[in-house]
Amino acid sequence: MAVLNEWAFIGVFFAIAWVFPFAPILLARLVAPRKPNPIKQSTYECGVETVGDTWVQFKVQYYIYGLIFLVFDVEMIFLFPWAVAYRELDFFAFAAGFLFIFLLADALIYAWRKDALEWV
Amino acid sequence: MPELECAFPQVVNNLAPCLAQGGLNADLANFISILLGVVLVAALPLATLLILLVVERKVAARVQDRIGPNRVGPYGLLQSIPDALKMMTKEDITPAGADVFIYNLAPIIAFASVVLLWAVIPFTPLHIGADLSIGALYLIAVASIGTVKIMVAGWSSNNKYALLGAFRTIAQLLSYEVPLVLALLIPVMIAGTMSMQGLVEAQRGMWFFFMAPVAAIMFFIANQAETGRAPFDLLEAESEIIAGYNIEYSGFKWGMFMAGEFMHAFTASVIFAVIFLGGWIGPGADQLPILGFVYLGAKTVVVYIFGLVLRATVPRVRIDQLMSFNWKFLVPLAIINVLVTALLLQVVNWLGIAPQGDAASDLIANLPQTVVLLLGNLAVMGTVSTLVRNMGRQQRLADEAVEADTEVEELAHAAAH
Repeated sequence: MAVLNEWAFIGVFFAIAWVFPFAPILLARLVAPRKPNPIKQSTYECGVETVGDTWVQFKVQYYIYGLIFLVFDVEMIFLFPWAVAYRELDFFAFAAGFLFIFLLADALIYAWRKDALEWV
Repeated sequence: MPELECAFPQVVNNLAPCLAQGGLNADLANFISILLGVVLVAALPLATLLILLVVERKVAARVQDRIGPNRVGPYGLLQSIPDALKMMTKEDITPAGADVFIYNLAPIIAFASVVLLWAVIPFTPLHIGADLSIGALYLIAVASIGTVKIMVAGWSSNNKYALLGAFRTIAQLLSYEVPLVLALLIPVMIAGTMSMQGLVEAQRGMWFFFMAPVAAIMFFIANQAETGRAPFDLLEAESEIIAGYNIEYSGFKWGMFMAGEFMHAFTASVIFAVIFLGGWIGPGADQLPILGFVYLGAKTVVVYIFGLVLRATVPRVRIDQLMSFNWKFLVPLAIINVLVTALLLQVVNWLGIAPQGDAASDLIANLPQTVVLLLGNLAVMGTVSTLVRNMGRQQRLADEAVEADTEVEELAHAAAH
């Protein structure tokens, strides 16, 4: 019951957390003036009219960073259970953890050697 | 069922049983107590936010030899209220090309994602929103929602500067999450638990800051980047991409981004204080739990002011420097740090100097273990700084050699004419 209560707390928190930012925005909508016109609503680029479409294909560099991040983040999450139990584990678990981290480091070295970490 | 004490101070801690005793349905009583707890926990960051904005401006002003806001209230402490009122009356402009639903959703995500972090922060031995058994993991998970808000805001605005700003920011936030999470792994390893209350309890004898200074400093730097503070404030590089991902927002929606950012910086300080500086631990905190608020607050303010002064002092880095610093310095260092700490804990176990049972909360019993870990950390720091210095020196010599070469060539060229 106690454990369930903790998660119920999180659930309620998630359910009502959006109210805190939503309330003032709603209030501002009631209070603030609203006089839209086409010039005011045009895209803000320092007075120059915008050229072409914004939603285009973007630089592949960002995608590569995203991929590397994904590798690291997912693997790091696997390390957390190991870390929690670490002080009660024997030498084998220690060696297994080392092997796992070395694989992680290996991925970093590979990305580094392939120049994936250079900002171009 | 024994009669419960339901007078004022006690009723706070056992509201649900007290309500049930008053004749309410048990489930409903439970729900009401949870709801009240949520509102209280969420109100805390909102209340601090009003003061934070003034403190931030005051500290920045002092560093720049200005006075800062001093008109509204004593020492300008109430400055946030007219600011909020002003923002409230500003016209809310939605750009014509925007994806309206997502565009309106972004500021809400921005603010809510920070408020959600407070659910697992232990304020005192008794007062914590929810002491999840995976508290540390919850922190990481909720903190990454912040990345979503930026992508959503930048993409839906239909503005090229907003999109550019969003791309940069996403690259930065994703990258710095890696050392952040790896640094968080160290306290979890030492304490053997992911529960936030457990992490604080494990620091009774000795703060983790002294057991794992490398992880602590790395955590601080990564947090500085995650919250977009200088020297990593590329999110709001006014001179380069106007304002970044939130350029098309106005009025209170823009205010929500700003408020979320300020609150995230403060929340990061709170998390640092909880995980590395012992949270509510202090003399008398067990007898008088309310003291925990004071101790946690004091530790947080120290970390926060340090971040503010840093923000006001150092210049902004370039984006390629930012990414190189993370991937070629912080991440390898974080990986090495995890390995070294694992090794040191094995040594501690082998020597049999890990404090057992009740001794874990004793300073003296913790000393041998702390000394071993601290020495290991200092060794890592020393090795790394020596390596980096030597590499930097070689790089500089190589650069100077190239420069000298071009100079000679130019002279020869000039002489030939």
